[in-house]
Amino acid sequence: MTITQLEIQLVAVVVAAACALPGVYLVLRGMAMMSDAISHSILPGIVVAFFLVENLNSPLLIVGAALTGLLTVVLVELLADTRLVKEDAAIGIVFPAFFSLGVILIARFAGDVHLDLDAVLLGELAFAPFNRLEIAGRDLGPQGLYAMGAVGLLNLSFILLFYKELKLATFDAALATALGFAPVALHYTLMALVSITAVAAFDAVGAILVVALIVGPPASARFLTDRLSLTLGLSVALGVACAISGYWLAHSLDASIAGSIATMVGVCFTACYLFAPTHGLVAYYLMQRERRWTFARKVLVIHLLQHEGLPEAKRECRVDHLHDHLSWTPGFAERVVAQAEDRALVRHRDGRLWLTPGGRALAQEAVVHT
Amino acid sequence: MSSTPAITVRDLTVAYRESPVLWDIDWTVEQQDLVAIAGPNGAGKTTLLKAVLDLVDPVAGQVRVLGKPYRTVREQVGYVPQRGSVDWDFPTSVLDVVMMGLYGQLGWLRQPGAKERATAREALAQVGIEELADRQISELSGGQQQRTFLARALVQDATVYLMDEPFQGVDAITERTIIDLLRDLQADGKTLVVVHHDLQTLPEYFDSVLLLNVRRIASGPVEGTFTDENLRRTYGGRVGFLHPPSEDTR
Repeated sequence: MTITQLEIQLVAVVVAAACALPGVYLVLRGMAMMSDAISHSILPGIVVAFFLVENLNSPLLIVGAALTGLLTVVLVELLADTRLVKEDAAIGIVFPAFFSLGVILIARFAGDVHLDLDAVLLGELAFAPFNRLEIAGRDLGPQGLYAMGAVGLLNLSFILLFYKELKLATFDAALATALGFAPVALHYTLMALVSITAVAAFDAVGAILVVALIVGPPASARFLTDRLSLTLGLSVALGVACAISGYWLAHSLDASIAGSIATMVGVCFTACYLFAPTHGLVAYYLMQRERRWTFARKVLVIHLLQHEGLPEAKRECRVDHLHDHLSWTPGFAERVVAQAEDRALVRHRDGRLWLTPGGRALAQEAVVHT
Repeated sequence: MSSTPAITVRDLTVAYRESPVLWDIDWTVEQQDLVAIAGPNGAGKTTLLKAVLDLVDPVAGQVRVLGKPYRTVREQVGYVPQRGSVDWDFPTSVLDVVMMGLYGQLGWLRQPGAKERATAREALAQVGIEELADRQISELSGGQQQRTFLARALVQDATVYLMDEPFQGVDAITERTIIDLLRDLQADGKTLVVVHHDLQTLPEYFDSVLLLNVRRIASGPVEGTFTDENLRRTYGGRVGFLHPPSEDTR
């Protein structure tokens, strides 16, 4: 691994971590698509700020972009508040308008600078190591690494400092207001952080991958844990894993790094959705199946208990007629009986089924509790 | 102190986009009272609670809690919102939700610690679900969710409690637990204002009542206020289906 490769991965990792942190709150607040709106509509903010300062590396670009991001949020909320337009439609109206304004500004006035549309949409991580941070003639590494690192630290400190306030405001905004915690101010601070994160990550990964990294890892982490702190930690970990694996995928395919990382985010989400230990689809399916067998065993022991010691028991409790009485297929009945025998719920003697004390207890308990 | 009313509402009008939700409400709640707010859907019951909590801006009028503006007495007011008002899939535990009631006392930036956890556990024991402390909240039944919210209000150790339909969708045992708890709180000197839907149980559970339908129809002690005539004025003609003839209760 060369130094350049290492530097590219470092930038990708820091971008992923910085995006995942505010992303958790967006996903929990049901406003993941706001990241899409923000990441696109910051474009005119960047362009206008660029015209003003004529320097692509000026921090004023971040300020301009953050302001446009906030303006987007405010406009979307104003539109949604009219109740004539739902929030998703409001987002769909506001951000393309902003984004296209940015596109026109670039095409018309900035054709000859480094703001081209491919970079806007997809970024170019491979160029990240070219802009160096130099202080007093010493090379300190890629500029993007420091910019993203600063934004990541900002996000982390905000979340650590206001952990309890953010949790309350996200879970129960009314109580947060009643207790005097200004959830509206927290909301806009969070949105400002998302805007800042998006603009800082923009250069490296573009508008689309920013959305993938903000929404994907937190949405994946929700399948893995039921705790907020772990959701935050796992989101960062998954984002980092996607960044590194995405880089090497791009390396082996000779493809876009940003595109490969976004692909890995998709793979990661699919894997969590399918294979998460308790909330995943497979675990859910297995649990349903186990429940079905457990229930069938209960049906069996209750059936045996009903007829236990009665004259018709001879008929009702015969193994080879069982499926008739319970309307089961013979194969299913056989498997249920085998399972019940394994669990010492019933014994098989003289072609008949007999309840063990354990089986009788289960049947009695099942009858009482249903 | 006890001469100051717990809640004073004067000429309160609240509107959403020019359509009034509450029209010129005058209402007083004495301290240590156990008050039900009843009225049909859309009568403004939740809005009235929210107006007391300063969660909605009134068009006109004034609200005082313990004789002062709400902002200055936040810590003395406990709030139990409707169960359906939050996302129960939020990644957190029962104990964590209960501790949120202590955030007001903690103030900004301070994180809850061992002391807060102990207080929250006590409150869970009080509402009878101590064993669910570490449970993920999405696994709770409706009654358990309601008990969790009550425990959260208990840890606030407030003077005045506002509860929005705490009996909604709970089983008979939980309902019993909740009403016993309300009585205990009242005996401890707390004031309780409860939005209540079940007109059958209202006279048994509560001492006073506010009958609300955008306007204040009547308020005062259950006896004398909770009459057929007032109910008819609150609910219109439908009340016959909801309430047995009041001769039975007298």
